Amino acid sequence: MAKVLVVTSGKGGVGKTTSTAALGGALAQGGEKVVVIDFDVGLRNLDLVMGAERRVVFDLINVVQGDAKLSQALIRDKRLENLSLLPASQTRDKDALTEEGVARVLAELREKFDWIVCDSPAGIERGATLAMRHADVAVVVTNPEVSSVRDSDRIIGLLDSKTEKAEKGERVEKHLLLTRYDQGRAERGEMLKKEDVLEILSIPLLGIIPESEEVLRASNVGTPVTLNNPNSAPGRAYFDAARRLKGETVEMMIPSDRKGLLGKLFGRRAA
Amino acid sequence: MTIAVRTRPSLRFRGKSFLALVLAPTVPLRDWLEDLDAVSKGSPGFFTDRPIIADVSALKPSKSELKFFLAALKMRDIHIIGLEGAAAAVLDVDMPPQINGGRPAGDIETPDLDAVPLPAAAPAQSAPTTALLIEGSVRSGQSIIHTEGDVTVLGHVASGAEIVAGGSIHIYGALRGRAIAGCTGHANARIFCRKFEAELIAVDGLYKTADDLGSKYRGQPIQVSLDGDSIILKTLD
Repeated sequence: MAKVLVVTSGKGGVGKTTSTAALGGALAQGGEKVVVIDFDVGLRNLDLVMGAERRVVFDLINVVQGDAKLSQALIRDKRLENLSLLPASQTRDKDALTEEGVARVLAELREKFDWIVCDSPAGIERGATLAMRHADVAVVVTNPEVSSVRDSDRIIGLLDSKTEKAEKGERVEKHLLLTRYDQGRAERGEMLKKEDVLEILSIPLLGIIPESEEVLRASNVGTPVTLNNPNSAPGRAYFDAARRLKGETVEMMIPSDRKGLLGKLFGRRAA
Repeated sequence: MTIAVRTRPSLRFRGKSFLALVLAPTVPLRDWLEDLDAVSKGSPGFFTDRPIIADVSALKPSKSELKFFLAALKMRDIHIIGLEGAAAAVLDVDMPPQINGGRPAGDIETPDLDAVPLPAAAPAQSAPTTALLIEGSVRSGQSIIHTEGDVTVLGHVASGAEIVAGGSIHIYGALRGRAIAGCTGHANARIFCRKFEAELIAVDGLYKTADDLGSKYRGQPIQVSLDGDSIILKTLD
């Protein structure tokens, strides 16, 4: 049974695209058939993070409007053959998305894939609402910071009222993914603690992704962090999160990059 | 020759009642406008998108004074949907229409000696009857408006969320947003919450922001009530 998963947050820059690519990569590496879709029409980025920007011919808008077939627009990943990308259009805007078109594309994808991971744009407007519209599962990406938490809360409210499931009286399964977490800074009170965020948002925790330079490094080489360096701290955290998405019980911990004593001392000082 | 009988769906006119905010300016108008600006400054957006009626009966304005007053409100982005208590002679076609027969729902003015108290005014003052129960949390951006009675929330009221109740408000989780109780003029309405981190609380039109309240009660179980013209906070334990 295919699952439509939306990665959303309300606020921009918290790691939706990174998380979409990383979770997509992790799920695919576990043998599932995965497609990641970029809903950020006009500001597409997922193609870059997936390293497929030079292979885009047709995009989501072409398929939604019937100008191209789905099979023409899907880009198969070079590293994993069961991972595909449906890119957004960079030259159009979100008004080009229609509700019926999106529903049709998702229905077609449901027949071909196990997981359909939708990368939502920031905001609460058309792009974001259409990305979450048909979702079965939502991953709410949140930074340990007050504005991100409040925006996530707003998004959770929309997931409970504006999605197809909500309108049918069912519930979209919601998970919190806490990204850019720095244990040391949280303990020193410089960022919100995991417990504070969970208390405010009151949805189950999917994973905690530690702040790490590995994430930016992976983005810049166009590879999901779970494929670029699966043993890095964020890589392991995303793999754990993906296993929890599949329903496995995995002990919750915050992986860290191993550092020598000197590294720890200097890491602290620099932070 | 036959005449075709046109069947036409009959027109229906329905009445609907809305709750409007009434601004009643007092003389001197300059001071009153200053007070108004202080309110707007304290809670920006308070007047936007609200139906507002100006009760100018205390002002007794001439045509030019009324024009000035309306312009002053327009400048502040306050949109008047109707005027109350203006003499017919001072009204212009481009002014908001005169509205009569408003039923007081907030502060009650002492009635004129020759005015017979309307029986219709009584229901608005009687205790609210229906209660609204919200099982989950109220998320940021959501607004629960229930003018007919109490509102009970089993979860949290998030920062940026709003509860407006005709009666009291009971929150079993944390109150981090706005709680506006007794909005139809019930001075005995109260607000209860298990964890107080509110952005704004109001009872019967009197309000206080988090800034006014300081940090003394933050995080505690609190009840809010009204004592005359002041908002009283008390811990529940």
